[in-house]
Amino acid sequence: MSMEKLIDTYFRPGRLPHIWCPGCGHGVVTGCMVKAIDKLGLTKDEVAVVSGIGCSSRASGYLDFNTVHSAHGRAIPVATGLKLAAPKLTVLVVTGDGDAAAIGGNHLIHAARRNIDLTVVLYNNSIYGMTGGQYSPMTPLHAKATTAPYGTIERDFNIAELVKAAGATFVARSTTFHAQMTTDLIAKGIAHKGFSLIEVVSACPTSYGRQNKMGGPADMMKWQRDHGVPMVAYDKLSDEDKLVKFPIGLLYEVVGAQEYTDAYEELIIAAKGGK
Amino acid sequence: MSRILLLQGNQAVVEGAIAAGCKFFGGYPITPSTEIAEDLAKKLPKVGGKFIQMEDEIASIGAVIGASLAGKKVMTATSGPGFSLKQELLGYACMAEIPIVIANVQRVGPSTGQPTSPSQGDIMQARWGTHGDHWLIALTPGSVPECFDLTIRAYALSEKYRVPVILLLDEVIGHMREKIELPDNYDEIPQPERKQPTCKPEDFKAYATDDSLVPAMPPFGSGYRWHVTGLVHDETGFPKGTPEATVESTNRLHDKLYNNLDDIVEVENFQMDDAEYAIVAFGGAARAVYEAVNMARAEGIKVGLVRPITIWPFAEKQMKALAAKVKHIMVHELNYGQYVEEVQRVVAGKVPVTSYGVYNNEPATPDELLAKIKETFK
Repeated sequence: MSMEKLIDTYFRPGRLPHIWCPGCGHGVVTGCMVKAIDKLGLTKDEVAVVSGIGCSSRASGYLDFNTVHSAHGRAIPVATGLKLAAPKLTVLVVTGDGDAAAIGGNHLIHAARRNIDLTVVLYNNSIYGMTGGQYSPMTPLHAKATTAPYGTIERDFNIAELVKAAGATFVARSTTFHAQMTTDLIAKGIAHKGFSLIEVVSACPTSYGRQNKMGGPADMMKWQRDHGVPMVAYDKLSDEDKLVKFPIGLLYEVVGAQEYTDAYEELIIAAKGGK
Repeated sequence: MSRILLLQGNQAVVEGAIAAGCKFFGGYPITPSTEIAEDLAKKLPKVGGKFIQMEDEIASIGAVIGASLAGKKVMTATSGPGFSLKQELLGYACMAEIPIVIANVQRVGPSTGQPTSPSQGDIMQARWGTHGDHWLIALTPGSVPECFDLTIRAYALSEKYRVPVILLLDEVIGHMREKIELPDNYDEIPQPERKQPTCKPEDFKAYATDDSLVPAMPPFGSGYRWHVTGLVHDETGFPKGTPEATVESTNRLHDKLYNNLDDIVEVENFQMDDAEYAIVAFGGAARAVYEAVNMARAEGIKVGLVRPITIWPFAEKQMKALAAKVKHIMVHELNYGQYVEEVQRVVAGKVPVTSYGVYNNEPATPDELLAKIKETFK
């Protein structure tokens, strides 16, 4: 399906143009998300998108599904309640690095631990964009932000490793430069039965790139191209290179682990004396 | 057929929730409300419902909001400190008009306070805990049977008005065991139904209303796709931040409740027909007042009890009428004095309104109340 057709089909009439700045990568991620949904042949009625607060989380309002623009950091708990109450819905969570890794960090690890069938698409622009450029837990060490004018001295989360350790059964990373890969990974994440997280590195030229002298939007895309390395190649890099580059692709997958809402259906049968 | 049981107030809340059709509970352990979570963990799966213990208080109200969007009747339960943590999403539920029932079994505060001691210190938190102009409903049961009845009523009001309803128990009511007669099965209990759209999905505007000012709320997955947001929105449900849209939205959230106060506000009168003096008390604090009133009447003091069952919205009409009837009002509550300020506001100096706040971890006894009655109403 062409992007024009995808927009006509999956975006709400009259809600575009979006509020994102020129050069922002979030439109690319959102486009990849609808391509993934289209690829899987899901109907709009069976999909719910729950977002938190921040630049990424504005995506829910543009999309013609059952959508929630919840509170800062709370997309995952709302999505958890929705999924458990309506297990037939395909529930996606749209969140950002601040929303998911800082204020919503506790919810993220516990959803991963439960292995509840949510697909979390984490738009990682390395900054709080909506409030104008403060550092997040995923801002790289020493990068500048309005609240880190001398460079942040805080080490950043490797979110993929974090959710993997917490029990996630599908973990992937991509970038907006690798758009085709992003679409494929989101589709696989949705198809995966269990908790999945797809981190998508997205450029924020306005609030991150400018403070860190990363050039314009195209330069930031080139940076993604040069720093995102497929898993197999990444493993062969020198320790020095590993520090500045990051692996992309499907990073971790466990097939067949019991999913939470399935487990709950079994619990109900048992509680009713069914076995 | 019915059965006679000896239950705690917290357990009666659970029975009321099951009877009203609650199918989802998200919670987090906190004294003195934990029995509600424990009992629902056991009972919900048996009726095909779901219980989830979330990672924190915020997540538990988040989960019930999500489940409510799926069309379920939902509950969470907590106590003061946890209630504080839930406040942001309570405001979200007011703004997005998501029916949820929250039990807050009050304990002594602030902070950790006295977790196992009774208090009614969250009267103002229930009303003004979240930020911004908002309106909601809070009910205060005064006995174990009333915990059952008011929980059912909480669902009826929450679904009818699409508003969060707070069941404001105190530790006395939550933990006290009392005789209660319950129906053998709950089939006869009226199940409140959420208003559903009558238009075609493509014509659906999520926050368009009729004269009731309450929009229809189809469950997610029903074919009516809509957008839920905490941003100020217009009838389409999409963000709109104009001055006009903000005023319209704020007014409607107010009017949908305040146009219906006669339906929402309930007050019990005891020995008030010929009363010259009134004690206003509610929940656990009111329990000793019945006896104290009888004791005072035996000594010739014409005093009665006015017991608000609906704490919020405030019983403004009833308190104004009370001020026109009696010579003096004493407000007795298990805190330093919170509800009394609202009574004073409405009475506006027409008659004296004095406070008898008790905050020593123990509810006042009938004797103590009698002494206070004699001292106050002379």
